[in-house]
Amino acid sequence: MSAAETKGRPLLAVEDLRVDFPTRKGLVQAVRGISFSLGREKLGIVGESGSGKSMTGRAILRLVGAPGEVSARRLEFDGIDIMSASEAQMRDIRGERISMVMQDPKFSLNPVMRVGEQIAEAYRTHQKVPREEARRRALDMLRAVRIRDPERVYRAYPHEVSGGMGQRIMIAMMLIPDPDLLIADEPTSALDVTVQLQVLAILDDLVTQRGMGLIFISHDLNLVASFCDRVIIMYAGRIMEICDAKNLDAARHPYTRGLLNCLPQIDGDGSDLPVLQRDDAWLEHGL
Amino acid sequence: MIAVRNLDVVFGSGVDRVHAVRDVSFTVAEGATFGLVGESGSGKSTVLRALSGLNPDWSGQISVAGEAQTPRRDKAFFKFSQMVFQDPYGSLHPRHTVDRVLMEPLSIHGFSDADRRIEQVLREVGLGPQFRFRYPHQLSGGQRQRVAIGRALILEPRVLLLDEPTSALDVSVQAEVLNLLQRLKKERGLTYILVSHNLSVIAHMCDHLAVMNLGAVVEELEVSQLKRHAPSHPYTRQLMTASLGYDRAAIDSFQDFGLSE
Repeated sequence: MSAAETKGRPLLAVEDLRVDFPTRKGLVQAVRGISFSLGREKLGIVGESGSGKSMTGRAILRLVGAPGEVSARRLEFDGIDIMSASEAQMRDIRGERISMVMQDPKFSLNPVMRVGEQIAEAYRTHQKVPREEARRRALDMLRAVRIRDPERVYRAYPHEVSGGMGQRIMIAMMLIPDPDLLIADEPTSALDVTVQLQVLAILDDLVTQRGMGLIFISHDLNLVASFCDRVIIMYAGRIMEICDAKNLDAARHPYTRGLLNCLPQIDGDGSDLPVLQRDDAWLEHGL
Repeated sequence: MIAVRNLDVVFGSGVDRVHAVRDVSFTVAEGATFGLVGESGSGKSTVLRALSGLNPDWSGQISVAGEAQTPRRDKAFFKFSQMVFQDPYGSLHPRHTVDRVLMEPLSIHGFSDADRRIEQVLREVGLGPQFRFRYPHQLSGGQRQRVAIGRALILEPRVLLLDEPTSALDVSVQAEVLNLLQRLKKERGLTYILVSHNLSVIAHMCDHLAVMNLGAVVEELEVSQLKRHAPSHPYTRQLMTASLGYDRAAIDSFQDFGLSE
């Protein structure tokens, strides 16, 4: 497909990525020197609020706004050095090569534009095609994310669709330029469990069919473990552990174990849940 | 302790008419924890709001501690039953200190030993006296929810109505709050009604539960049935499968129960 596969190098390589926010009270280190690489796979990033997982996703697209400062020894996407790319190069990458699905469709869609036109616009931004062609592609994409009545939804405004449908529309918009990498930041946490899984199934099928890479950011350890190929566990801006999703039960890091243990279980015995004990040493020894 | 019979709640009229709760009946024994579980829009929170007196537009019968309730409640009812809300960021006044938040119910109900009660309730919810004069923005999500639980407990109610009390919290904080609720229940012999979309939380906390979909109870069951993975209604079974994690094959068999999008 692209150069990445032919040369056998990873789609995305991250080394010593840092995101800092200077504040009056000193430097806040949101991401503290993390390294990982991604192939054409589903990679989960799990952590609690404030662990730096969303900042990692934004840093890859260079979407961290001032006063945030991003630095990295290496941040390379398909041979392109993201850190030194020009704004014009970044505009070509965003959407077309790497796209990002945000958490809440209500705040990410334009409220005064029909959703179909927003999807078509995403396509026309990167492809010089006639309006009618873009419209046809947008309808196809709505069908691909399993919207039953694409003609009606195409004409709908964002407030006229449910949360589950809004999220499918977002996914359609992000996938229509056929990106190589999709970053999904809590794409389903506002949805009901069954709808959540249906949306994930759509993503899963598209990743498999198109050979995309997927970074799935979530706080739900169980969901990530059952959905992704590999899982990165983050705490306070550092990577605590990277493990194969299917071996998560055998995770060794005390933070991962703590996160797993504090979840209530349907077939548990209802006794007190073990409370996570945090250790300051984890801040010093990330991966 | 609590009996609900043929509860109906309707919002709006004409084309905007929404039948939010349809003919819901259940009873909760004293000292029990009763769970209401369902997806968004199932009516579970509306049931709780009708019970708590926050929503006066309902029909049917509600009785609490043997007394039939009317839509309007007297002061004694609110001393008897209190509510904890989902969002600890929205349910505390941003410009009131913890002290003022806890003082308000005491002054409404004319308690005289406010000072002692505030100190005691802060201790009971696991916050020290050092939290007493802080503002909500100086607290974490878990600490805020502890304040909200303290505010509900300070009148020494017999019943706590819990509307998704942990769904806005990180899992490690959720564990702490659930443990706190379990301990308080044991110490004070409280009766809980817990509304949640999370089957694991319900299974962990409750004895008995009702599953709601589109305003109606589809199934009432013992938690032991849930733990044996043996709910009888297909909707409950689907909810259960979904809460066990991502399973590509199972998702294709999901049915649409009720109105489609």
